[in-house]
Amino acid sequence: MLAKTISSIAALCLLTGAAFAQQKLTDPQIAHIAYTAGQIDIEAAKQALAKSKNKDVRAFANDMVRDHTAVNKQALALVKKLKVKPEDNATSQALTKQAAAKRAELAKLNGAAFDKAYVDNEVAYHKTVNNALETQLIPSASNAELKGLLQTGLKIFQGHEQHAEHVDAGLK
Amino acid sequence: MTPRRIHLAILLLAGLQSASAHAATVQIVIDKLVYMPADASAKVGDTVEWVNKDILAHTATARNGDWDVMIGPNKTARIVLKKAGAIDYYCKFHPNMKARLTVAP
Repeated sequence: MLAKTISSIAALCLLTGAAFAQQKLTDPQIAHIAYTAGQIDIEAAKQALAKSKNKDVRAFANDMVRDHTAVNKQALALVKKLKVKPEDNATSQALTKQAAAKRAELAKLNGAAFDKAYVDNEVAYHKTVNNALETQLIPSASNAELKGLLQTGLKIFQGHEQHAEHVDAGLK
Repeated sequence: MTPRRIHLAILLLAGLQSASAHAATVQIVIDKLVYMPADASAKVGDTVEWVNKDILAHTATARNGDWDVMIGPNKTARIVLKKAGAIDYYCKFHPNMKARLTVAP
């Protein structure tokens, strides 16, 4: 358990560099990170829909587009209501950069190899984002409504993580 | 209609009415990825309705395969229970959502 926690933290540090360790994130930064994380998963799903022929993989990708679009729409409505302007930051940039590298890597794969790599990455990606939500974003959020949205987001993405694990088990 | 047939029709209507009076509607609300109540009870012939207050689509999918109900965002979906049993169900899209429906004969 401890080893697992340490390796998760290590993975998170690798993903986001020193961004999380530096300072307490502000609400405008947190909103930007959460939105960016959602957009990244939508992009990943669109790549899967363009490449995959597997029924379960395509259904999962469609679910990701639908859910993350709905959550991000709600997030945008909330920041508008709170008059918060999402602010780009090192963590968002690190996430975007890593996602671009992953997309390029997946672009070279086809068929079952692509399906496996996409779903494996979905499991890992949701794990990392959920970890960041739990340990960094939710504790750092000042506004109660933003915190509430992140908490619901965490439950949704934990659902996605389990869903991705089910799809992954079916690919073996 | 002969008097006997009228009598029969009245009996049939009365029968229908008493059946619908006994069948209840059991409501389960889904809010922030939680089925409430998580443990619900009903009888065969009752209607179960899931009221989804989330912005996301959910399902109520019986593990034993008895039913699989899709409930759109801010929508309500209903089924009439046909079989008795204690049925564990979950959401296919968010498998961390779990609940149980106990259906008495």
